Amino acid sequence: MIMAKPKIASVWLEACAGCHMSFLDIDERIVDLLGKVELTATPITDIKEFPEVEVGVIEGALGNEEELHLAKELRERCKILIAWGDCAVFGGINCMRNFMPAEQVLREGYVETVSTVNPEGVIPGKDLPALLPHAIPVDRAVKVDVYVPGCPPDADTIYYVFSEILEGRIPSVPTDIMRYD
Amino acid sequence: MENKKNTIVVNPITRIEGHGKITVDLADDGSVDNVRFHVTQYRGFEVFSKGRDFREMPVITPRICGICPVSHHLASAKACDAILGVTLPAPAAKLREVMHMGQFIQSHALSFFHLSSPDLLFGFDADPAVRNVAGLAKEYPELAVAGIGMRKYGQEIIKTLGGKKVHPWHSIPGGVNRSLRTEEKDSMLESLPAHKENLRKALELVKNYLAENAELAARFATLETSYLGLVKDGNLELYDGRIRLKSPRGRITDEFDDKDYCTYIGEHVEEWSYLKFPFYRPLGFPRGSYRVGPLGRLNACEDISTPEASSELAAFRKSTDDGIVHYTLYYHYARLIEILYSMERLEELLLDPDVLKSDLHITGDVTNREGVGVVEAPRGTLIHHYEVDEYGAIERANLIVATGHNNFAMNRGVEQVARDYITGPDVKEGALNRMEHVIRCYDPCLSCSTHAVGKMPLLLEIRNSEGELVRTVVKE
Repeated sequence: MIMAKPKIASVWLEACAGCHMSFLDIDERIVDLLGKVELTATPITDIKEFPEVEVGVIEGALGNEEELHLAKELRERCKILIAWGDCAVFGGINCMRNFMPAEQVLREGYVETVSTVNPEGVIPGKDLPALLPHAIPVDRAVKVDVYVPGCPPDADTIYYVFSEILEGRIPSVPTDIMRYD
Repeated sequence: MENKKNTIVVNPITRIEGHGKITVDLADDGSVDNVRFHVTQYRGFEVFSKGRDFREMPVITPRICGICPVSHHLASAKACDAILGVTLPAPAAKLREVMHMGQFIQSHALSFFHLSSPDLLFGFDADPAVRNVAGLAKEYPELAVAGIGMRKYGQEIIKTLGGKKVHPWHSIPGGVNRSLRTEEKDSMLESLPAHKENLRKALELVKNYLAENAELAARFATLETSYLGLVKDGNLELYDGRIRLKSPRGRITDEFDDKDYCTYIGEHVEEWSYLKFPFYRPLGFPRGSYRVGPLGRLNACEDISTPEASSELAAFRKSTDDGIVHYTLYYHYARLIEILYSMERLEELLLDPDVLKSDLHITGDVTNREGVGVVEAPRGTLIHHYEVDEYGAIERANLIVATGHNNFAMNRGVEQVARDYITGPDVKEGALNRMEHVIRCYDPCLSCSTHAVGKMPLLLEIRNSEGELVRTVVKE
């Protein structure tokens, strides 16, 4: 695989942004990296328009309709899909809600929490994406090529993965920097 | 969607502990009718924490936000301390504060240097391709390197104590799990002056910008609101203090213990956003809305306990007649003053012999069935509240996150900018970026990745009353 300047798209789905923060923790190396890759759609692009890219990166599990849709769309438009962080790889902490119905999760969060003043029992939902019955890892919906677990993966691990891609290899995270949190 | 209206949807305006979008409804004559900032993600931490042992909460709750996980880590640990009914040994409390200062330095540096400074240096209407940290590195390399270095400095402090830069593990109920070593303390102290010097330069930059753009600063999403923040003896406080609310005219409306927050703060729910709207109960919603974060804190306090930040605060207050600053763009200025405070406070803590002591932990059992922990997160007051059974299993949890307090103000600010810059469906790019910058003032993490690593693409959809797509504008 030879790529002049690979295009990368990344997206932040059901997660905390910590994986993208860990990416920023490559610090000065970011300037060098930005000279070698073309970042097309950054996490801000939770929208319809992922361009065709060599590498797609997903941070986060899939917990609502919009996130499911975005994962499918990115899969279609990238050659290599990376699941980045424990949420994308395993579903992560989001899966803790899977033991109860989504409706109950909403009702308790918006009506029954102690400081909520909501006498009419308004549940958010208008013009908002509906929750999936369960939060799921990315590979329950689409094929994943590279798994990078960790909560979050270390900056060096993330840098390693991008370096491998720039060398034209499909990265496989070595055991000494592979971490599960 | 109401009838006979066009709706402009700006999606995404994201990244405030979740994901968001802005919708602008236009009236028949093309004028702005209604503007809403929606938060579109919900994960349910309050609900799925039920049944967990409360001791797990300082590890579970930081996953709410990877930008300032330390805030959740500390608020949670404080709520757990309250359940144990213990008072921490001084070394433990001070080490928690060391980590907290590291967090303020890194999070505020990210906000200013990586995110907001490109808008200020290149202008709101500049080419989005250069209006980011890569453009910054090219045109202002010294500033970019200073910013990246300052963030790294804060992150290294967090990693030293907590093992990792994001989602560290250091605080435990009743204390902390690791001491600080002499050589680590020395290394933190050694590099501090260089970062302080860089910060002074950034402060000059912001002050000059605000002086040169005084008219914009006075107008941009300016809101006269109340302000909320922690204080200790009236001074700015970030780790542990009383909650104070100040009126738009600068009168102290109320001041109360953090454990009594629920008597004073309620949360309103709207069907169009997953983010709730906190308000001061005695005034009701929306009258009781207020702002938090750097501007809220500097307005709420009387003074700052460290010398250099105190004199900067005095200069900051001279920008208005009554010393209360309502200008939203001054969030950036306030943020830098808080970095200065964090650096000075960090130095005080590191020079305190307590931080090298090994008295780190008090054990205990469930003494109180309820615990409240409150800290100032970089973006504002953060409240954790747990109720447990006799064995310590969580029965109820309630979290009020920093960004929530600003929800009303963000909505009003975006609306105000929309009214100023939008007349009909033909919307200019600069107007979109200005609406985003309102959010950016309150919540740096919102678009960190955007300004940090590349372009800011935006999709603007204009829909008619049937919900059919009339026109699409893509900004790349």
